[in-house]
Amino acid sequence: MAIDQYPTPMLDQLEEGPWPSFISGIKRLRDQHPEQRINEVTNSLLGQLEHSYETRKGYWKGGTVSVYGYGGGIIPRFSEVGKAFPESKEFHTLRVQPPAGNHYSTGMLRQLADSWEKWGSGLVTFHGQTGNIMFIGTNTANTQHFFDEINDYGWDLGGAGPCVRTAMSCVGAARCEMSCTNEQKAHRLLVNNFTDDVHRPALPYKFKFKVSGCPNDCQNAIERADFAVIGTWRDDMKVNQDEWKAYVGRKGRQHTIDNIISRCPTNALSLKDDDSLEVNNKDCVRCMHCLNVVPKALHPGDDRGVTILIGGKRTLKIGDLMGTVVVPFKKLDTEEDWESLVELAEEIIDFWAENALEHERCGEMIERIGLVNFLEGVGVEVDPNMVNHPRECSYIRMDGWDDEAVKWFDRQAEAS
Amino acid sequence: MAKEMREPIETGCPDPFQYMHPVMRRNFGLWAYHEHPRPGVLLHVAKNGDKVWTIRVGTQRILDVFTLRTLCDIGDTYGEGYVHFTIRSNIEYMVTDEAKVDPLIKAIEDAGFIVGGTQNSVTMISHTQGWLHCDIPGTDASGVVKSMMDELIDEFKQANMPNRVHITTSCCQINCGGQGDIAINVQHTKPPKINHDLVANVCERPSVVARCPVAAIRPAMVNGKPSLEVDEKKCICCGACFPPCPPMQINDAEHTKLAIWVGGNHSNARGKPTFQKLVAAGIPNNPPRWPEATAIVKRILKAYKEGARDWERINEWIERIGWPRFFEEVELPFTKYHIDNWRGARKSLNSSAYIRF
Repeated sequence: MAIDQYPTPMLDQLEEGPWPSFISGIKRLRDQHPEQRINEVTNSLLGQLEHSYETRKGYWKGGTVSVYGYGGGIIPRFSEVGKAFPESKEFHTLRVQPPAGNHYSTGMLRQLADSWEKWGSGLVTFHGQTGNIMFIGTNTANTQHFFDEINDYGWDLGGAGPCVRTAMSCVGAARCEMSCTNEQKAHRLLVNNFTDDVHRPALPYKFKFKVSGCPNDCQNAIERADFAVIGTWRDDMKVNQDEWKAYVGRKGRQHTIDNIISRCPTNALSLKDDDSLEVNNKDCVRCMHCLNVVPKALHPGDDRGVTILIGGKRTLKIGDLMGTVVVPFKKLDTEEDWESLVELAEEIIDFWAENALEHERCGEMIERIGLVNFLEGVGVEVDPNMVNHPRECSYIRMDGWDDEAVKWFDRQAEAS
Repeated sequence: MAKEMREPIETGCPDPFQYMHPVMRRNFGLWAYHEHPRPGVLLHVAKNGDKVWTIRVGTQRILDVFTLRTLCDIGDTYGEGYVHFTIRSNIEYMVTDEAKVDPLIKAIEDAGFIVGGTQNSVTMISHTQGWLHCDIPGTDASGVVKSMMDELIDEFKQANMPNRVHITTSCCQINCGGQGDIAINVQHTKPPKINHDLVANVCERPSVVARCPVAAIRPAMVNGKPSLEVDEKKCICCGACFPPCPPMQINDAEHTKLAIWVGGNHSNARGKPTFQKLVAAGIPNNPPRWPEATAIVKRILKAYKEGARDWERINEWIERIGWPRFFEEVELPFTKYHIDNWRGARKSLNSSAYIRF
């Protein structure tokens, strides 16, 4: 059954060129899908998108749509030009939490596709910038139907609004020799402990967990997560001298010096006369560069754990912030270790929920109250690994110095 | 058809092991090393000798169910039924038999998808929703990315850059596209246009006032109605007031421009993570192909490819050659807008005698 197609002269130009075209995909839904509802909704969507291209303006507005029992997880979209493009006048997205690490069987992808074309537009993205599967385009009534159907076979909504958001973790231990922790376990333990805070937005603003298994930080956790978990190690890195020498033999000494030895940010590497590698592990900062270049010869040590940084975010409102080291090293071996990771997250979210201004990210709150107040609030002791360098400004009252110094020496004695 | 409402099953984030390739399940945490047999293909070897080849594939990201099923068909017929998605929306097929690699690549390419995006390539642009679905976009996302990837496809397929290049785009200044070696982001250049008739009914005025990073918004009576006004001398045109108050329209067909930022790098390798820095602005927001923005991106990539040493990311290359030479190399103007005046800006000023000639 043919439908009246909106002309799309500008969008048609996005079908040219070698990269796969999302416009061609949407047109296939419009022209070839057996279900008329999908033909109409995607036709209408293309009409509105063409209108945006012509006028250089967006025409979606937010609103309030949720599923029974939840207050978030849906991105509601109502068209401001719904009269002209009526079939897509409601075009909501469901944010669905992916499996930790984004692994799928084709069978499961097909099952999701079947459910989605029953209730939605047939458009989906793996994944949005927060980390969700985004099922793009359904109306208010079908939002609930689709959710019920996929919820029955194991899928749940992610976060939207001022809540704990869907978490992200790298492929990690599943397929990477640099993995220093069980990324998927950290990811699931943390986010699933806060299910209530994911589904019922009641926090000052968004709160994101991201887990990277090594300091390469593939998940961009330090720059984009309120709670970044970075795998690392604290003993000596492993050096397979035979593999190392084979590399030097293949590439030559100059290449090795120029690309590895002299690139070490703390000059912790030395190429010996017999082509072996000497590592001063006391100076090594675990930057990953030499391991990245020679992954066959160099590996993380055995005494592995994580570094936790708090407060990363983009510009709004006070400017970009990187996460700050709050836990320099934490073992994650025993059940107690894992429990205390979750407890730390609870402590931080509780303190932030209690003390942040409305719409203030955790990092912004730390900026406002100072790191020391934050640490005292969440019960974490100061550590020189938290700073690039000590203070430069003398304007501070320090009549508690002696007591603080005693605390430090007591902690040192306790640790040894 | 009154439906029985049921409580949601709050399972949260699913267990990945049920969807993970068996070789990855079996060797979880037990990988020994990896190699790059060719661009777009990774080989991981486990400590027990198990091998897995990963074929990384670029797609249009906004997938229709036909395309998704095509990707599944390829995975069933030529792969082993399991896939993994990267953070930049590339899909990866894992196979445990080297003989499957070439037929799989052929099937992927015959279906119109692109193999690449590994190692020192320009990988897929991570991007936002744009006009397709966002409520505040100044530009499109998928269209910009499609146009750029058409031009950068060879750099995606061949790994011949000095190091990996992450490009991002964002359709407003909130920048959910994130930090990248090259970021193409909306930059508004005029204050919001306010529809004073609607503000009182639509906006929670105190929260909008609080949202402004430079305290330029204040409550006011306009035409006898409670509304908000913007001190245009203070306004930095960031658009933060627009999401909570749609009558404060920040998007403008003419004055919403694109800006390009470079040097965002989230790895710790060789140096601490870095944020991106402004290099070009005032670029026309020019659908459907955005040629002006793409041309600047290509100039930057060309200079980087020619000038950087192996393993240098864009931020490290510029750190070495210096900003004056960077602006020369890419033939971009250096203006007063490049000098930061936000809090903490002093740290970005040169307080030394280090000058490059």
